[in-house]
Amino acid sequence: MRSEPVVEVQALVKRYGTKTAVDGLDLVARAGVTAVLGPNGAGKTTTVETCEGYRKPDSGTVRVLGLDPVRQSAALRPRIGVMLQSGGVYSGARADEMLRHVARLHAHPLDVDALIERLGLGGCGRTSYRRLSGGQQQRLALAMAVVGRPELVFLDEPTAGLDPQARRATWDLVRDLRADGVSVILTTHYMEEAEQLADDVVIVDAGRVVVQGSPEQLCRGGAENTLRFTGRPGLDVASLLKALPADSSAAELTPGSYRVVGKVDPQLLATVTSWCAQHGVMPDRISVERHTLEDVFLELTGKELRS
Amino acid sequence: MTLTTGTGADSGAATGAYAPRPGAAPLSRMIAAQAALETKMLLRNGEQLLLTVVIPTLLLVLFSAVDIVDTGAGKAVDFLTPGVLALAVMSTAFTGQAIATGFERRYGVLKRLAASPLPRWALMTAKTASVLVTEVLQVVLLTVIAFALGWSPHGDPLAVLLLLVLGTAAFSGLGLLMAGTLKAEATLAAANLVFLLLLVGGGVIVPLDKFPSGAQDVLGLLPISALSDGLRDVLQHGAGMPWGDLGILAGWAVVALAAAGRFFRWE
Repeated sequence: MRSEPVVEVQALVKRYGTKTAVDGLDLVARAGVTAVLGPNGAGKTTTVETCEGYRKPDSGTVRVLGLDPVRQSAALRPRIGVMLQSGGVYSGARADEMLRHVARLHAHPLDVDALIERLGLGGCGRTSYRRLSGGQQQRLALAMAVVGRPELVFLDEPTAGLDPQARRATWDLVRDLRADGVSVILTTHYMEEAEQLADDVVIVDAGRVVVQGSPEQLCRGGAENTLRFTGRPGLDVASLLKALPADSSAAELTPGSYRVVGKVDPQLLATVTSWCAQHGVMPDRISVERHTLEDVFLELTGKELRS
Repeated sequence: MTLTTGTGADSGAATGAYAPRPGAAPLSRMIAAQAALETKMLLRNGEQLLLTVVIPTLLLVLFSAVDIVDTGAGKAVDFLTPGVLALAVMSTAFTGQAIATGFERRYGVLKRLAASPLPRWALMTAKTASVLVTEVLQVVLLTVIAFALGWSPHGDPLAVLLLLVLGTAAFSGLGLLMAGTLKAEATLAAANLVFLLLLVGGGVIVPLDKFPSGAQDVLGLLPISALSDGLRDVLQHGAGMPWGDLGILAGWAVVALAAAGRFFRWE
């Protein structure tokens, strides 16, 4: 399944004036869903727009479905679907009118009525685009990206500002696309979105890829995880430590409150509980804190807010 | 609003509704669809209709009925109709197209279409087709009104057609040059200002010989003057091919279209 790359970016550099937006970025996306995560200004949109053929690389190479997005644009465009971060629709057009128009530009479009129903756009009626809610505008842009039955879809922050139901509807559609063999590249600020949808997560910061892997790999490979429990005060922590794997640590933080830091897996949990059983300790409130993608993200890109 | 939140397992996967089947529609279908949509957007826009239909019609009716401007010998409507036809071409090909395209650029419509199977040249072809369709509607409407006001045209229809086509090309080039280089708000302001200035100074309702002779030479080189003068020579005076005016329009068309092609930015 994870065979041919759908997107291959090598040493991409893109500058705007003196500002370097993308600074030697390497990225390989394969079939399935790839989420590109990064703080504002990390270069996500520039990278995606270079793949869509909007920007010419200052240096480096970009191949999408094996094609050069600028020089072979005519061959590539019918095969991809694009959802811009905003806009893209005539301000006086109605939702169904615009979607039908984009469908007409393709040879074998999806059933427009079914797609309207599916994305809850039926209620837009005769309202012109500029008077639609932000969520309706987003869903229309999503529908326009998929209506041509593309092989590969680029979604730039598809759920930014959506309410929870609309976000779920978008996620369900992305899952269905994936199940039907459509590859998806999406940028997002939402860790949960990446964890829910992505086969592969690419974290970008300051114009470079910081790390790439499946959500599970990234969470495993990040900082150590934590196990906490409470018991009677003054347990022999040194003895507990001896039972644990070498790279773990254990401490009594406050009297009766213990913390074990290390590779927290079922084996480690079993080791702790059996040590407790041997020492006649009832480990109350035992809990495992697994690292989320958010922890990994913040650790890699820095916790401070950036403008 | 109801959202269908069917799960991946039952809605898409079983039928493969989204299975890729990419492909561009035939070029002729794409261009026809694009031209139809552009025309629909134009006809739905109140400000555009004011510019392209209401103002030329009002000018024709008002100045034919009321003797405000001295239009020289002969019936006022015979002088005014060619000028108003020229104004109609300018309002659609230049002012209307510049404003609409400027905002399409601003709102990412051109950007989004640039990622669709529609080639850029085909988008421009569709825009031109939409302008021509609108102009046909304008010419029919204004001609009917002019006949009702007692208009008696002369001359070679082929010369008229050639003038209208070259005028459209020149004004389209200028409109697209403006829309593709300025901000949308600047285009809106500038296109309206130019419309007003050329309405007054381009021989549309005020004969050019009312201006000082030095100014006449310069004003005569404007595309609107060439178009209104050429149409007037043919329709009012029954002249043959107005080569001088056609030459001026062709010059504007070549320069403006080349500049638009060179400097137009899509976003």
